[in-house]
Amino acid sequence: MTPLFAAEAVVAGWEGPVTQPVDLAAAPCEIVGLTGPNGVGKSTLLAAIAGRARVFSGSLERRPGLRIAVQTQEVPPVDGLPLSGRNLLALTGAVAEGLPVWLAGRLDERLDRLSGGQRHYLALWAVLEAPADLVLLDEPTNNLDAAGTAHLAERLRARAARGAGIVVVSHDAGFVAAACHRVVNVDAPDVE
Amino acid sequence: MWNDLFLVPFFAGLALAVLLPLLGCFLRLRDEWLAALAYAHVAAAGALLALVAAVAPAVGGVAAAAAAGAGKRLLARRFSGGAHLALFLIGGWALAVLLAANQPLAERLGHALFDGQLYFAGTGELWLAVVGCAAGLVLLWRLSQPLLLAHVYPDLFRARGLPAWPVETGFDLAAALGLALATMTLGVMGAFALVFVPPWLAFRRARDWRGGLLLALAIGVVAYVAAFALALALDQPFGPVLALLLVLVGLVIA
Repeated sequence: MTPLFAAEAVVAGWEGPVTQPVDLAAAPCEIVGLTGPNGVGKSTLLAAIAGRARVFSGSLERRPGLRIAVQTQEVPPVDGLPLSGRNLLALTGAVAEGLPVWLAGRLDERLDRLSGGQRHYLALWAVLEAPADLVLLDEPTNNLDAAGTAHLAERLRARAARGAGIVVVSHDAGFVAAACHRVVNVDAPDVE
Repeated sequence: MWNDLFLVPFFAGLALAVLLPLLGCFLRLRDEWLAALAYAHVAAAGALLALVAAVAPAVGGVAAAAAAGAGKRLLARRFSGGAHLALFLIGGWALAVLLAANQPLAERLGHALFDGQLYFAGTGELWLAVVGCAAGLVLLWRLSQPLLLAHVYPDLFRARGLPAWPVETGFDLAAALGLALATMTLGVMGAFALVFVPPWLAFRRARDWRGGLLLALAIGVVAYVAAFALALALDQPFGPVLALLLVLVGLVIA
């Protein structure tokens, strides 16, 4: 199957290179886990795929017209805003069907009155279920309890089954094993 | 009250009382409420400068505020923490007061702008306010979703390939022009009170975005109508009456 994107020996970074050369690709319906120690540039690599970080060397090809949805580790700034969960989903074009029961009934509440975990899951859901061919998720299990993590793994599979390619950066080995079809490990730079 | 002398300024102010609270909601979303005060002062200085140069004050006010709105993004890169907005505010105030103090021609308009004498508004101001309000509402309606998405999910906004500058510069310009029109009609602090207090209260009380916009609109319009009637009945300048009324409403509701 034609990949949604293909990175060959990509070195990504911001002001300067951050990652070692990495080969990475994702096809439709595939969930790829991206793991590795802190500081190797997993988030930077995700940002490069999204078109935000710079590619210093190697090649990164995206399918023409590729629609990307991206979730970063930054918490959406919703404190003090009159934004409900339903507003958030409408903003990204995400659907509410499939939300866990502990969230489905709270969609009309303000986001800044939900717990940290509930708010995180809704913010994540709004990206995961947004119209996109490729979904990029950075540490999505942060702030989630066991039930939330299990539900997320199940929903990733459902989203991939509907045709999306998904790349997940995660430190949670159990989650990666449960959710991903394939795992790519990003190496730390050689220390001399 | 039902005399043309009062109806023209009433409807001019009413159009702005519809636009300003909605504009204020988006300024508050972007944490840029200080920009409203800066634009109002720059517009006042521009209007007085135009008057001294024998140009229509409205043209000067709108042009100065538009220049501030367009230049804001360039200066924001150089000065962090909103310092450029404070510089606009201080510079605009200083220039306006100096012009009013030294140019007899500018003195009367200067007092009207800072005292908020809505009753000076004529048919020209009414048409400007109505057209400006209609254009502002259409622009806000078009920019609403992109502005919200850019604020809540900046990375998703970029990943979708949505261009940031038309949205942000378009909004900055709309805000600057709206504030300029409002300053010419309602005065500096009357305009700022309408752009700040109703959104502040609505953001504290509303359950969702649409509810927040409607609540801000309702507070702004009701406070405006009440202030107009009160100022007229008590023979007081309009701006301070509106500002005081909104402060009291704020203290009660917040």
